[in-house]
Amino acid sequence: MNTTIMLFLMQDGITNGAIYALLGLALVLVFAVTRVILIPQGEFVTYGALTYASLAAGQMPGTAKLALALGIGAFAFDLIVARKALHGRLILRSVVTNIVLPSIVLALTVYFAAQKPPVAICIVLSLVIVAMIGLYLYRIAFQPLAHTSVLVLLIASVGVHLALQGLGLLFFGAEGQRGPAVLSGAFTAGALRFTGQSLTVYGITVAFIVGLWLFFGLTLYGKALRATAVNRLGARLAGIRTTLSGQIAFLLASVIGALSGIMIVPITTLYYDSGFLIGLKGFVAAIIGGLVSYPLTAVAALVVGLVEAFSSFYASNYKEVIVFMLLIPVLLLRSLAAPAVEEEKD
Amino acid sequence: MSALLSVTDAHVAYGKVEAVRSVSLEVGANQIVTIVGANGAGKTTLLSAIMGILPLKGRVAFAGQDLARLDIEDRVAMGLGLVPEHRELFVTMNVEDNLELGAFRIERSRAKSSIERVYALFPRLKERRKQLAGTLSGGEQQMLAMGRALMGEPKLLMLDEPSLGLAPIIVADIFRIVTELRASGVSVLLVEQNAQAALKIADRAYVMELGEFVLSGKASDIAANERVAASYLGFQHEGESAL
Repeated sequence: MNTTIMLFLMQDGITNGAIYALLGLALVLVFAVTRVILIPQGEFVTYGALTYASLAAGQMPGTAKLALALGIGAFAFDLIVARKALHGRLILRSVVTNIVLPSIVLALTVYFAAQKPPVAICIVLSLVIVAMIGLYLYRIAFQPLAHTSVLVLLIASVGVHLALQGLGLLFFGAEGQRGPAVLSGAFTAGALRFTGQSLTVYGITVAFIVGLWLFFGLTLYGKALRATAVNRLGARLAGIRTTLSGQIAFLLASVIGALSGIMIVPITTLYYDSGFLIGLKGFVAAIIGGLVSYPLTAVAALVVGLVEAFSSFYASNYKEVIVFMLLIPVLLLRSLAAPAVEEEKD
Repeated sequence: MSALLSVTDAHVAYGKVEAVRSVSLEVGANQIVTIVGANGAGKTTLLSAIMGILPLKGRVAFAGQDLARLDIEDRVAMGLGLVPEHRELFVTMNVEDNLELGAFRIERSRAKSSIERVYALFPRLKERRKQLAGTLSGGEQQMLAMGRALMGEPKLLMLDEPSLGLAPIIVADIFRIVTELRASGVSVLLVEQNAQAALKIADRAYVMELGEFVLSGKASDIAANERVAASYLGFQHEGESAL
């Protein structure tokens, strides 16, 4: 192998690794705050990517309708919970977030889809649509189960993943799609050629990580999210609603997922079910980070990306196998290093 | 004047086992009320249920409003605070962040002045403002837990065993601060195994045995009661040996 190939593979690995890092961070965040292992993270990626690609191709994405349908579902849940003490203000807020908002977005989507909108509008619409789906899914599928065990939440998570994947097939069909590059053009540095798209990936990943770091370190809501992750009862005693923290976590995770999708879809053809495998690689990174450590997860994600790039060169048939095998030594070491964790009680 | 907190005929059960049976109590404004009793009498269970952590059968009213449908966070916003036995601090966050989060439901401008009040009450916390909560000593953690609860501007602060496991000099400090709280208009419901110290500062007292209140009245009367002295104060009378 010569240096040029090695540099190419490294570049490829870092680009993918950056995406896995974002996904891994979202997984850690959601798990720490809500104890949900977010299997449908991959669907957020696909939905974001394919909504973006559909819009850019002048097609109406079904996800905008799904957002409204889920919003109506979320509103119904709010009504059922509040039936004994109907508060005008609470109902109004629920109507606005769950029905008015997705209706406006649906109207905008219908309007713009007909006229091949510019890239920026496609991105914003896709992000908002997937963010709403994430928020309503939390309300419908996870908030009512918030007090159950990790296992029950995991089962719900798998259910949501399967449902979203099926709906993805319905909305986008079995054929793959590609979207337009967010930033076109390229430049060369030595043997390496940097495309605008790969620079976008680096830029957005770094910006997002810095943004998250500032959010968690400096803002009251960011600190509240950390507090919920550290001590759920303590947070409630400080007046921080677990549901609020859960909503913020799901909102962030769905935006991160959709953004990753939008960054990948100009590079790779994505199918309705591609997200799962991409999400799983973020999951490998998150597991290596023990589902708690953000920096370790980010570093592990880069390792996953590099291992994937090199194994696709040397043994492309086994590339997925090799990536997932990374988990085995990590799990072994973790099980030896840490004593058995007591079954949580909550 | 109606009581700030009134609990009527409360029952709290873990499955089929009733840990608290038919308990009624009242805490008035500007009062320190203590519940004393042996380990396992149901004191912590009662406080948890008043806070909404455990389900309670019976009636709990705070500031004239029935709490039945309100969850923990709403009770906090109404001015009911609990410092639990295990303190439940955000151990990986620093002292200042812990305090700031205590005022999560309070306007930002008011929170700034609250934090200065808490630092005035606990100067130790100010010295350690950038230190992680998990690295504080037991006494400092207790101060931080109380400080965090006070940041929420409670009208009634419920303290669960604040002196447990702390050095006597710190215990004295904490009891002094409890009386200062009363002076500043915060009522306190104090659960303590250290009955002697609690009865000294309290206005009213309840004695709890096996999930029920067996005695109630003015704290000084309870302290003078022979049965209480024999069961709860016996080991702690000055000049007496622990044997």
